[in-house]
Amino acid sequence: MPLVFTLAFRNLFHDRLRFIATVIGIVFSIVLVTVQMGLYLGFGRMVTTMIDHASADLWVMPRGTKCFEDPSLLNTRERYRALAINGVAEAIPVVIGFADWRMPGGAMTPVFVIGSDLRAGGLQPWDLVEGRIEALSSPKAIAVDRSYFDRLGVSGIGATAEIRQQPVRVAAVTNGIRSFTTTPFVFMDVDRARAHTGVPSGKATYLIIRLNSDANLDHVRRQLMSDITDVEVLSPAEFRERSRTFWLFGTGAGAALFAGALLGVIVGTVVVAQTLYASTKEHLNEFATLRAMGSSRRYIYNVIVWQALLSAVIGFSIAALVSDVVVRLTAATALPIVITPGLIGGLFLLTIVMCIGSSIAAIVQVTRIDPAMVFTR
Amino acid sequence: MTEPLIEAVNVTKDLGSGAAKVAALKGVSLALNGGELTLLMGPSGSGKTTLLSILGCMLTPTEGTVRICQHSTAGADPEDLARLRREHVGFVFQSFHLFPTLSATDNVRLALDVRGEPSRAARVRSREALAKVGLAHKTKAYPRELSGGEQQRVAIARAIVGNPSIILADEPTAALDGENGQAIMKILAEVARERGHAVLIVTHDPRLLPFADRVVHIEDGRIIDQQPGKLQ
Repeated sequence: MPLVFTLAFRNLFHDRLRFIATVIGIVFSIVLVTVQMGLYLGFGRMVTTMIDHASADLWVMPRGTKCFEDPSLLNTRERYRALAINGVAEAIPVVIGFADWRMPGGAMTPVFVIGSDLRAGGLQPWDLVEGRIEALSSPKAIAVDRSYFDRLGVSGIGATAEIRQQPVRVAAVTNGIRSFTTTPFVFMDVDRARAHTGVPSGKATYLIIRLNSDANLDHVRRQLMSDITDVEVLSPAEFRERSRTFWLFGTGAGAALFAGALLGVIVGTVVVAQTLYASTKEHLNEFATLRAMGSSRRYIYNVIVWQALLSAVIGFSIAALVSDVVVRLTAATALPIVITPGLIGGLFLLTIVMCIGSSIAAIVQVTRIDPAMVFTR
Repeated sequence: MTEPLIEAVNVTKDLGSGAAKVAALKGVSLALNGGELTLLMGPSGSGKTTLLSILGCMLTPTEGTVRICQHSTAGADPEDLARLRREHVGFVFQSFHLFPTLSATDNVRLALDVRGEPSRAARVRSREALAKVGLAHKTKAYPRELSGGEQQRVAIARAIVGNPSIILADEPTAALDGENGQAIMKILAEVARERGHAVLIVTHDPRLLPFADRVVHIEDGRIIDQQPGKLQ
């Protein structure tokens, strides 16, 4: 084992209490950053979950639509204009909107209605655990997620309630379709969705466009934009980005999450810097001895940087375990923390950079060492 | 006549600045030869440690020249001076300055590690150096497990392991009892005579005189006397 590493290791572990404080600081910092960034990723996924699960090549929407939940409406007669364009196989209307759900006991709760042409399959519920999609075509049939049973006052298939004073019956149950707004999603046929949300017939929120296999997407898109007025035509990727940008940055939620992450980085940097500085100060006599023995400054910097790296690796490892527990605990919540391999890699890099950056104060201190001080101590 | 291993010519050194400026050395000339043990004696504040620091390339003189193994220190930056120390000078300190978290072997190995010597060879040489100072049985001991005399022997092993031409020792026996002090001086005298190193020892202790080839007296920043030692 290189002696410089041994020296760094021993310096670090010499004062165990201080080392534990350092590791706690790093763990706190990295877990905080992980939670914030994991929430950012989780939020980013939650706000686009409907777009992700829609079977669309293009989305047609009223001009200025900010996100999927935006209730602006367009005329469904545009659907026929879309269908007239060469290359368009289907133009499926989607209706969304908030509505009041009345439980059998009379209690009310808001729900978010999603209606689509179920035969065409534009935006159907997924991950069904009870019932079938076809059952939603029958009168009053709806699909809800089982995680909202308590909120909706239902217990499974066959349960009844009212939306906008019109009776509905649970015909299918999904698992894990949760809303970041905590308002339960209710899936149904598009015509009933209009009735339950008060959207006039002849209106829809979106048109989901599907293309023939040989169609040129850019060409069809240009054609849709020229033939239909006051609409925007976005690819799923563009619509995802727009929704994400609105919810994360338009509302300030993303800025708050980033601010939390930044706070974590600052706390971690200060804790590690303070510890390395104190440790270096305590071992100043040893560093001066090294200098007197003729060691280069670089050799001493290596000792300090190794201390920083060791702190980073140990701190990150523990933080990863704690974060894993946090991720598991939030997996079934309305806003799960999402950790991706990229995020793990980024956090490891951040920990390394944070710890090495923290060693600067210690390095500056060592730079000023006068080797002659060994004669006076 | 052989060239001295270390030579200071008309060295002056001012410490501090402005009203607090003190002339610590006032035109000191001194040459140390290989195979010779020299004692540098003088009262506190006479300039002994300043001279030792300059000869050991830790300080540069205000005026005058210092040559270490034919390398001048004039115009050398801190890294050049560190390289000169690394290659030519071994130090022994009054308070040992061992690394408390490292074993005796690793303490000695540090002197080779800073020179970039490969670990395996450095470990072997470190154990040999410890054997040379009579600590073959304490290679794995930590400083806290060693007596003062043993710690100073580890420090000597560390100073000689890289085979430097010059050994500079600052009061190496001051923290030791008489018996241990004598043992340390015997080792340093052997280092000078058997290895041909130039050994300079700063001391107040007249009991060390029997080990000296030469005794240099310094007072008020000037060398006032140089005499042959009372070598026994």
